[in-house]
Amino acid sequence: MDAMGEGGGPGFSIGRRRLLTYALSSPVVTIAAGFGVNLATPSSAVAAPTPLMPADSVDYYDVGDSIVQFAAPTMPLVKLSVGTDGKVTLEMPRLENGQGIATALGMMIAEEMDVPLSDVIVHSADAQPELRYNQITGGSSSVRCFDPVLPVMAAEARARLVAYAAQQWALDPSTLRVEAGVVIAPDGRSATYGSLTVGAATMPLPSAQPKDPSQYTVIGRFTGRLDARDIVTGRKKFTMDLAVPNAKPTMLRMPSQIRGQVISVNNVAAVKAMPGVIDVVVVPPGGAIVPRQVGVAVMADTFGQAWDACRALDITWGDGTNKGQSNESIFAALRAANPPLAAPPSGALTIDGEFEFPPATACPLEVECAIVDARADSAEIWAGMQTPIVALQATAADLGLPEDSVKAHVIPSGGAFGRRLFWDPVQVAAYVSKATGRVCKLMYHRSDDIRHTRLRPPQVHNVRATVIGGTVATYEQHIAAIRLDARHGYGEKGTAETGAFPEGMPQTFANMNYEQFFFKTMVASPYNYGFSTKLLTPVTFDWNTVSYRSVHIQPARLVEEIITDEIARAMGIDPVAFRLEYLRLPRARAVLQRVAGAAQWGKAMPAGFAQGVGVHQESRSFTACIVELDARDPLHAKVVRATIAIDVGKPINPSGIEQQCHGGLAEAISLVLNAGLTIKDGLPQEGSYSQYHWARMIDFPKAVEVIIMPNIGDPVGGMGEPGMSAPSGAIANAYARATGIKPRKFPLNARDPFVATPAGQLPAPPL
Amino acid sequence: MPTYSFKVNGKAVKVTAPAGMALLWVLRDKLGITGPKYGCGMNVCKACTCLVNGSAVTACSTPVSSVQGQEVTTIEGLANGDTLHPVQQAWLDLDVAQCGFCQAGQIMAAVDLLSRTRNPTDADIDAIENVCRCATYGRIRAAIRAAAQKMS
Ligand code: FES
Ligand code: FES
Repeated sequence: MDAMGEGGGPGFSIGRRRLLTYALSSPVVTIAAGFGVNLATPSSAVAAPTPLMPADSVDYYDVGDSIVQFAAPTMPLVKLSVGTDGKVTLEMPRLENGQGIATALGMMIAEEMDVPLSDVIVHSADAQPELRYNQITGGSSSVRCFDPVLPVMAAEARARLVAYAAQQWALDPSTLRVEAGVVIAPDGRSATYGSLTVGAATMPLPSAQPKDPSQYTVIGRFTGRLDARDIVTGRKKFTMDLAVPNAKPTMLRMPSQIRGQVISVNNVAAVKAMPGVIDVVVVPPGGAIVPRQVGVAVMADTFGQAWDACRALDITWGDGTNKGQSNESIFAALRAANPPLAAPPSGALTIDGEFEFPPATACPLEVECAIVDARADSAEIWAGMQTPIVALQATAADLGLPEDSVKAHVIPSGGAFGRRLFWDPVQVAAYVSKATGRVCKLMYHRSDDIRHTRLRPPQVHNVRATVIGGTVATYEQHIAAIRLDARHGYGEKGTAETGAFPEGMPQTFANMNYEQFFFKTMVASPYNYGFSTKLLTPVTFDWNTVSYRSVHIQPARLVEEIITDEIARAMGIDPVAFRLEYLRLPRARAVLQRVAGAAQWGKAMPAGFAQGVGVHQESRSFTACIVELDARDPLHAKVVRATIAIDVGKPINPSGIEQQCHGGLAEAISLVLNAGLTIKDGLPQEGSYSQYHWARMIDFPKAVEVIIMPNIGDPVGGMGEPGMSAPSGAIANAYARATGIKPRKFPLNARDPFVATPAGQLPAPPL
Repeated sequence: MPTYSFKVNGKAVKVTAPAGMALLWVLRDKLGITGPKYGCGMNVCKACTCLVNGSAVTACSTPVSSVQGQEVTTIEGLANGDTLHPVQQAWLDLDVAQCGFCQAGQIMAAVDLLSRTRNPTDADIDAIENVCRCATYGRIRAAIRAAAQKMS
C-alpha cells in the first residue's frame, strides 16, 4: 500500500480520495524474462515466415518488441488503485493523444475486475524517472506493452478484494462472484469494492489468472472513449485550457529560416509599451540534448495581445543552417547520396523507379504548447509529452536544477503523431519562465508551428526489381533521406544523451545507429521477391526532423506497393492475384482476400475511375485496402470509396481500431494526393491548413468500410501507425490505373498557388 | 479600453478589451471559457467555431466589438443541464471523437448546419471546412445524419 499524491497540480486536482494503490509485481516477471514478449502464441506463420533473403529482421523482432522489452522491467512500478469510492484508477505512463490507448487499457481493467467502465479512470501519469524506458508513447507499442501485464494486475487486484470479503464473511473466496464492482456471497451478502479496499490492502497478494478470451464481455466490443462526454461538452482540458495560477500567455516569433538566429530586436521598448505586454525575451540557442527553438518571445495578459506584439517586433534575423536550400536542392543532394542499384542480369525483365517525397509535417490540430513554472529551486511543467522523463531531465539541466525538484505533468494532447516525441515548447517556456520570473504559458502560432516544426524527412527512393524466368528474382530499394533525429532515445536521458553525443553535432554515430535500428525493425516486406533489400542512407542536414507516424514505413511500403503493381502489369497478371502468389504470410493473404471480396475487386469502373489495391504489415498487424479513385481530372484526383481489412491479432476496442483505420486513410489521402511542404531559402513556405492541404471532410470518401478480422488467438499488434500504408499503395495504384501516369513525385495532385507569409513574420489576424 | 456587454451561454458578461481583440481570446483568456480552441487564428481550421445569435462564426476572426449586445453560445452552453443537445448525443452514440481538439468546432458547425436545414445533403456536409487532423470525418458525417433524423 502506498499513499498517492493528487495528480495534476494547482487548480485542477483530481479531487477524490484514492487510498490504496496496488503495485503488483508478479506478472512482469514472466513477461520480462523472454525475448518473445507476447504471451499468446501466433496462429500462423508469423513464427516461421517464409524467410526473406537476406532475412528480414522484422519478422523476428520489431521496434514495438524493443519498446515492450525495454518497458517490462519497470512495469511493477505502474500503479493501479481502488478508491474508497469504488473507482479504479490507472496511472498510465503514456500520453493519450487521441489514439484511444486510455480507453483500451480501461477496457482491460473493466474486463478483469468486473467493474463498469464508467468506474475506471485512466489518466496519464506524471513523469516518473524511475520508470526509465517505460514512459515513451510511440512505435504503436502502447497496447502491446500493456496487454501482457495489465490484465494480470487487474485480475490480482480483483482477487485481493474478493479474498478480503471472503475473510470477513468466513467463506471460501471461490464461492464469491463479482458484479459491477460488488462482491456477492451465495447467501446474498454483498460489499462494494470501495468498502473493501482499505482492508484488502492488508491481504497478501494472491495469484490470479486473467480471463479466457471466451469469457470476455468488454474486450472486443465497440466501446466509446472514456473522455467522450468531456469532449462533447467542452470539459476536456488540454494544456492551454488549464487554469494554472498566474500563468501568462506567451507567443514566440521564430526566425526567417529553419535554425535561424536573432541578430537584434530593434524596438523592444516600443513593443513592451504595447497594451497588455508584460515582457519581451530573446530566446537564444542552447538546450540540453536537443537544440532549443530560437526566437523572440512576448508575454502578455492575453494571447491576442501577445500575438499583436509578436507581429509588431522589428527583428533582424540571422541565417540558419539551411540557407539557400529548397526542395530541389535537397532532392538533388539526396539523389546523389543514394548508392547505385545493382545492374540487372542480362535477359531480366526490369522494373525501375525513382520516387520523391517532400518534407511533411504532423501538424496536430493543437499547436505545440507548454506551461512551465521555473523557480529558483524547483520547476513544474504541464504539456502533452510523448517522452516526459527526458523532457523533465533536460529541463532540469537547462534550469540548473536537480532532477528531483522538477515535476512534469503529462496532459492529454490534441494529436501528436510523433511530433511530441520532442519537447521544444517545454524548452522555450522554461527559458522564458526563468528569464521573467513568471509562469510561462507558451503557445506557438500555427504559421511558425508548421514552418519550424519537426518534419518527416524528405526522401528519394531508387528501386529496381527484376523478373527472371517468370519469377521475381530481386527487389532492391535504396532510400536517401535527411537524417532522422532520434535524440529522444527510449524516453530517458541515458539513451537520449547517447544519441546526442558529441553535443551540438547534427548527426552522431549513435543517432545513426538508432535510425538504422528503427528502419530495420520497422520496415518489412510482405512479399517473397527473391533477393530483397531495402537500404537507408541518412544524409546530414542540420534541421528538425522527427519520427512522424510510420516515418520510414509509409514511403518505403508505398513505393514497394507501386512497384508491385508495375511488376504484375509487366508480367500481365492481375494485381490481386499477383499479390496472393507472392505474399509470404497467410494473415496478409487473408486480409487481401477479404477486401477483394468486399470491394468487388475487378468490377467495371467508369472512364477516369479505377480501383487500386495495397497490402501491408507493420507492428505485428496486417492490413489490406482497396480504393476507388476518381481521377477524371488527374490533377485533382479524389478517393470515393475505401474498403479496409485489418488484422490486429487481438482486437481490444473495435471502435478505436476503426478510428485508426480512418486516420490512416486520411494520412494516405493527404500524403499521396495533396499535402507536402515547399522549402525555399531554408524555410517551408506553407503556414496554415489552407496551404498545407491536410484532408478535410470533402476529401474523405463517403463510403468507407473497415473489416476487423476476428480474434483467433494471435497476440495484439500495433494500431496507431499500421493503417497508413495499405491505403497509400491503393491510392497510388488506382491513380496509375485510372490515368496511365506512373506515380513518382508526391503529392500527386496539383497544389494551388498561394501567397506565403514573408519569412520571419507572422500573418495578421483576419479581424 | 472600451467595455463590451453581451451574453455567453445565457449569462450576461461585461469585458474590458481592445475593440479589435478576437472574441476567441476574450472567451478564453478573459472569461476562462476554454471549449473553443485555437488551431490557426486565421479563419482556416475552424476549431474556434461558436454561435453568435445561433449562427456559426469563427471566434478567432470575430472582433469582440461586433458581439456587443449579442448572444454567444460556446460548446459549454449547448447542453441543457445534463441533457445533451441531439448533436452532442449523436457524437457520443457514434463515438465520433479521437483527440477531441477539433470537436467543439465540429459540433458547433453541425448545430449551425442543422439549424439551417434538417435534411442536409452530402454537399452541405462537404461544405464544413473544419479540420480534423485525426480524421473523424466519416463518423461526423454519420453523426450529423443521425442527429438530423432525431431533430426532425
Ligand atoms: S482558430 Fe479560428 S479558424 Fe482556426
Ligand atoms: S479529433 Fe483530433 S483533431 Fe479532430
